[in-house]
This record gives sequence, structure tokens and C-alpha cells, in this order.
Amino acid sequence: MATDTEILPGITTRREEATGFFQKLVSRGLGWARKNSLWQYPFVTACCGMEYMSVCSARYDIARFGAEVPRFSPRQADMLMVVGTVNCKQAPILQRVYEQMAEPKWVVAFGVCASSGGFYDNYATVQGIDRVIPVDVYIPGCPPRPEQVLDGLMLLQRKVQNQSHKLIDRLPRQVLPAGGER
Amino acid sequence: MAIDDKRPGGLETRDDDALHAPLAGKRMVINLGPSHPAMHGVTRAVTTLEGEKIIDMKLDIGFLHRGFEKSCENVTWGQVFPYTDRLNYVSSTMNNVGFALAVEKLCRIDAPDRAKYLRVVVSELHRICDHLTLVSAMGLELGAMTVFLYGVEARDHLYDRLAELCGARLTSNYVRVGGVARDAPEGWVEKTLQSLDRVVELRDLIDALLTRNRIFIDRTRGTGRVSREDAIDLGFTGPCLRGSGEPYDVRKAAPYLVYDRIDFDIPVGSNGDNFDRYLMRIEEMRQSDSILRQCFTQMEPGDIAIADFRYVLPPKPLVYGTIEGLMAHFKLVMEGIKVPAGEVYSYTEAANGELGFYLVSDGGGRPYKIGLRAPGWPMLAAVPRIMKGALLADLIPTFDSINMIGGEVEQ
Amino acid sequence: MAKAVIEALVARFPDDVYEPYEGVGGDDCAFVRKDGIARVCGFLKADPAMAFNLAPYITAVDYLGAEPRFEVVYNLYSTRHNHRVRLRVKVPESDLDVESVTPVWAGADWFERYCFDMYGIRFRAHPDLRRLLMYDEFVGHPLRKDYPLRGRQPLVPEREVKDIYRGPGPGGRD
Repeated sequence: MATDTEILPGITTRREEATGFFQKLVSRGLGWARKNSLWQYPFVTACCGMEYMSVCSARYDIARFGAEVPRFSPRQADMLMVVGTVNCKQAPILQRVYEQMAEPKWVVAFGVCASSGGFYDNYATVQGIDRVIPVDVYIPGCPPRPEQVLDGLMLLQRKVQNQSHKLIDRLPRQVLPAGGER
Repeated sequence: MAIDDKRPGGLETRDDDALHAPLAGKRMVINLGPSHPAMHGVTRAVTTLEGEKIIDMKLDIGFLHRGFEKSCENVTWGQVFPYTDRLNYVSSTMNNVGFALAVEKLCRIDAPDRAKYLRVVVSELHRICDHLTLVSAMGLELGAMTVFLYGVEARDHLYDRLAELCGARLTSNYVRVGGVARDAPEGWVEKTLQSLDRVVELRDLIDALLTRNRIFIDRTRGTGRVSREDAIDLGFTGPCLRGSGEPYDVRKAAPYLVYDRIDFDIPVGSNGDNFDRYLMRIEEMRQSDSILRQCFTQMEPGDIAIADFRYVLPPKPLVYGTIEGLMAHFKLVMEGIKVPAGEVYSYTEAANGELGFYLVSDGGGRPYKIGLRAPGWPMLAAVPRIMKGALLADLIPTFDSINMIGGEVEQ
Repeated sequence: MAKAVIEALVARFPDDVYEPYEGVGGDDCAFVRKDGIARVCGFLKADPAMAFNLAPYITAVDYLGAEPRFEVVYNLYSTRHNHRVRLRVKVPESDLDVESVTPVWAGADWFERYCFDMYGIRFRAHPDLRRLLMYDEFVGHPLRKDYPLRGRQPLVPEREVKDIYRGPGPGGRD
């Protein structure tokens, strides 16, 4: 990475390195800000919803991670928490909600039914939401204990922190192809 | 959201009557969509509104249909228990107990006494959890967030005790055909009594916050009213039916397990509105508490499962030590319990009403058919009828108080 | 206790009700002919000695290989007299048409829609017979024994995951 020719005296700066330094600073700052206020869209369907209620309540407090605000509008949320089983009838709705969310957005598959279909390997259930939308963190468990959920949330926070964030994102609008890639 | 304004000569030319029909005013068709905070789980309500009044409502369900019946036809009888857990997931052991009783009725076996008491204990603990969840959700959706936090804290205390007994907080998979899976650990009864005391405190706090609360009473009294005859005709059971005035409780009408040895009352309401159904839940929590305490005094040490190796896994020393134990274990795990051919309908009083299992067996190790009568099903089907002519804001407490649990309604 | 019900039924509808028997655990059951089920249910609800007022639990069973193939089962209960009865209606595959009991009990509505959705049994005089749990684009009736367990019909294109083994489990099951 850094060779001898790149160790330069402080007065002569190179443009890439200077922008690199600021970009990294901004990215770390934005990462810190975004990870500590993840507004969730709780896409609650089934039994994991009960553990979700426990996670949001006083004992296993999700508010200490800054993530206690559930916004039931996809435009206002940045973390889509898919809690519970998604079946073939619900999959188009999940896709629509995901597409309506604004960047940056992250998806957490809460529970084993959202991660891989669970033990419902039958005509009605989508075998994991990653067949339909891209997923960042998978939290297994049927249902996962609230401590497990908080562990998954911390994993997501680490990912958000280490991601590269830009102040202004000039990428074209990413149309989600069938196949679920960013 | 679509504005369906019946203007004559509108977008499409309909028949001539549309030209001469009176203007329908401002009607709006709103979709309370499948992913909605107040539609517990996932139900889609396509509502036709005139102002704030609901003219017509169509319920679209099936967004949580997980193929319970078909999945269960392909696994052994013992493997059905986790599937039943996830039906009414707020009170999962009650589904386990219902299914186990149905299979035992078909096999003509009877669990030992201690197993019956333990089944009643976990059922009532889960009944309290179910009612707490309902009351918390009702408070939350009507704006009382504190009630939600108190209720979930009380539920967490009970989940701790259930995790010590069953191994899991929520979906316990505790009951087996012929008994229960494991015995109560040392000191569990005393700890549960302490947890129950704490739950009683929190429940009294919730009661004090809601029962005489002006806003709560305004939102729930008089809304979602169902008359007694309508409730029976629509197939209501459980607290919703008793809230409308019909004193039908399976625990008293056809006592099962040890309910005939326990002294408890069943509350019956008079108005059939949301407030009465809420009061039902609070009072039933008191009765469940009393049932639990009586069970703890009446419970004797004993077997937790029948000693018949055709239905119950043999204890491990026998599995490793004797050839019969090994064979029995192998057969039970690989092929499942051989339930005699026939059909049976068995019903218990779940937290929400009469939970019925219609089982058909072909004599093999797998169910031929498991039909589930979900207690919440008739109540959900009746919501469009109850809501005709009511305000949109009344839909929320009604949906809460009928306790529609997606897992059981959509199987 | 419900034997009197069955005996009265057989006496009153001799050509519709046949083969009464006592099921496991003391349930009182009888078979009813397909064309007479609405008459029988109407009588069971209206007659004061019967008074089966609670809307029944209606389900269907697919006995693949037997003729007639399907069976619709009605589990009735009376809150007034606290007795139960079970009626079974055999429905052949060639004539999947049963009279609806929705005019008798309003609560039978969704149960019959479920039987239609899952088994394909049509109910005459039903106010709104359409699919209940499955979506309209779904082809087939899932709970029939010849419908495959894993016969998914996805509504949105799904990414194929090739590295997971989805074949039969150990012992040749599934």
C-alpha cells in the first residue's frame, strides 16, 4: 500500500491522499451517526414479533442503541427489520416496501423463517427473504432471544461503521434487478 | 388509496343506471395494508369509507399462511409439536396441550396426574402471557405506551420461569404425547410464586391506568358491540363470547386435565363491546393466578409421562442398557408413534376461545389430516360485520380486543 | 348424551342420515347425504331440543384412493344443552358441490371458503365463494394429497440458491 515514494513531506500534499483523508473522516463520522440512530421499519409478521416486543421494551432495551424509533413509513426508515415468516403472498409486499425505502438502507433478517424459511419448507413459504431482497445481517433463532437480537444489531452497527459513506451520493438510481443485488 | 367517486360518465362507461343513479357522495377506498402496525401481524383490510364512517370492509388474509396442515402431514406425530407451538404464538403451550389431548384421545391413553398438573400450570402461565400481550397492545395502539412497557415486563418475568421449565421462552415445545417433556426444576415453584406476585403488581398498575381512564373508556365503551345471539351465530368462543353474555367455557362445560379439581370462576360480560372484552382479560388473569396457586398446592411428586414405550421415549439408562429400550427409542424416533386409525375432534379452552383439533389417523406414524379450529378465526371473519357503520377509529380497539393472532388464523 | 340427538335425526331424516356410530372418546357421529346437509343443519339449529346454535367447525378431508374421495366434516355444538355432534358428508370428485350452511349459521362462511381454497369443494348458495388464504393467481388446491408439499408458485421472481441440499432427508422421508 504505502511505498517509499508516497511518504512525502507535509508541505507537498497529493490530491488523492488529501481527499482520501477527508473522505475517510466523513465516512467515519457518517457511519458513527448512522449506526447510532437506526430507525427501523418493523416488518412484523409472526412469532418473532413477540421477541421483537421484548427487545423494544424496558428490559432488553433497544433504545440504548438508538434504534427504538419504529417508523411505519418506508420513506422515513433506514433499517428494514423483517421479523417472522414471509410467505409467497407477502413477498411482493416486502419487495415493494424495500424498494420504497430511501438509501442508505439495511435489512436485518430476524429469525430463522426470514433467514432461510425455517422449518416451513412447503408450498407457501419463501425460503429466506434473501431470495427476494438483499440482506445485511441474519439473526437465527426460533425465536431468537432478545440478547441475540441485540448482538445482531451490534453486528449491523459494526458493518455500518466500516462501510464507506459519502456526503453526496451521485450514483444513479439503482433499480433492483430480479435476483436481489445492490 | 383510490378515490372511487361515482361520477356519471366517469372513466369507463358503465351501464345506463350509472347515469341515473344518485351521486354516491365522497367515498374513499382505503387499504389498511398487510404491513401495518395496527393490523396485528398481517391482515389486509380494504375499507370503503364515507368521511370517517366505514361503509364496507373486506378482509384479505393469507399473508401468514405457512402450510401448517400440509407440513404436519409429512412429519411424525411427535414432530408436530413445534408446528403447533407456532400457531397461537403468544400462548404456545396451550396449542401443545390441545394437540396432545387429541392424540391421547385417539390412542385412548391418559397422562399421569403430575403431568396433568404441569400441563395446567404452563397453560395458565401462557394464558396470563396472552392476556398481558393483548392488554399491552390495546394500550399501545390507543396511545398508552406505559401500559405496553409494564405488560411486556410482566411477560418477561413469566418467560424467565417458562424458560427454566420448558427450555424456551416463547415457543416451548413442552408437552409430549403421554405427558410432558421434563419435570420442574428445584425451587421452580417458589420462584414462580414470586414472579406471579410481581405480575400481580404490574397487572394492578395496568388496571389502574386503563380501567377508569377517560380516554380509554371513550374509545372502547360502546364500540365493536356484538350481541349475544350474533356472537353465537358467528361462532365466537372464549372471552369474546363471554364478553357478550354467554357463559360458555370449555373448562367448565367439559372439564379436561385437572380443571374439575380446581375452584375458579369464569367472568361473563354484559355489553359485548371492546371495553367488556378488555375487562374479561383482566379478570381472567386474576382467575388464572388463583388456578396456578391452587395447582401448586395440589401438585404431588410423581411420573411426568406414562411408562408405555409405544408412546413415550424410554429413559436414557434403559435406552443404553436394554435392547427393548433401544428398539423402542429407535422406532419412536424414526417412524413415530403408531396412532390407531380413526378420527377424533378434541377441544380445549385456549386463551382466545375453543381450540379444536380434528385428527384423522391412518394407523401410521404420521398424521393423515390435522384440522385446526382456530379460536380467532370466527372473530376475525366477523370484523367486517361488526364494523359496518362504525368509525374508522373504532376499528383499532376492535381489532385489538378480538385478539387475532396471525399464526392460528392463517395456520 | 348426544345419542338422543342422533336417534332423533335418524328418525326424522331417514334417507339423509345414515350409519350413525359412536366415535372415539364418546363422540356421536353420523354420515349425511350430500344433498340433505342444509336441511339437516337447519333442523338441528331450529329445533329447541337440539339447539345447535354455535357456528360449526367445518373442515374437509381428502381420502385419496377411496371413492368418494373427499369428505366434509361438520362439528356442531349447542351452548344451550352442551352437547356435540359430528356430521360427515362424503363428496365424490366428480361432483364437488355441496349445499352451503351459511344461511343457517353466518359463521360458517369462512370455513367453507377454506374448504374451497384448500380442497376445491364448491358450496352452492355461498355468499362469496373465493380463495381465502392463497392468492388468486395460485393454481390448484394445496391440501389435496396429490398436490406436492413443496409446490411453490412464487409471485415475484426468486433468486435460486443452489448450494443447499433440499432432497429427501435421512431414512428416505420427505
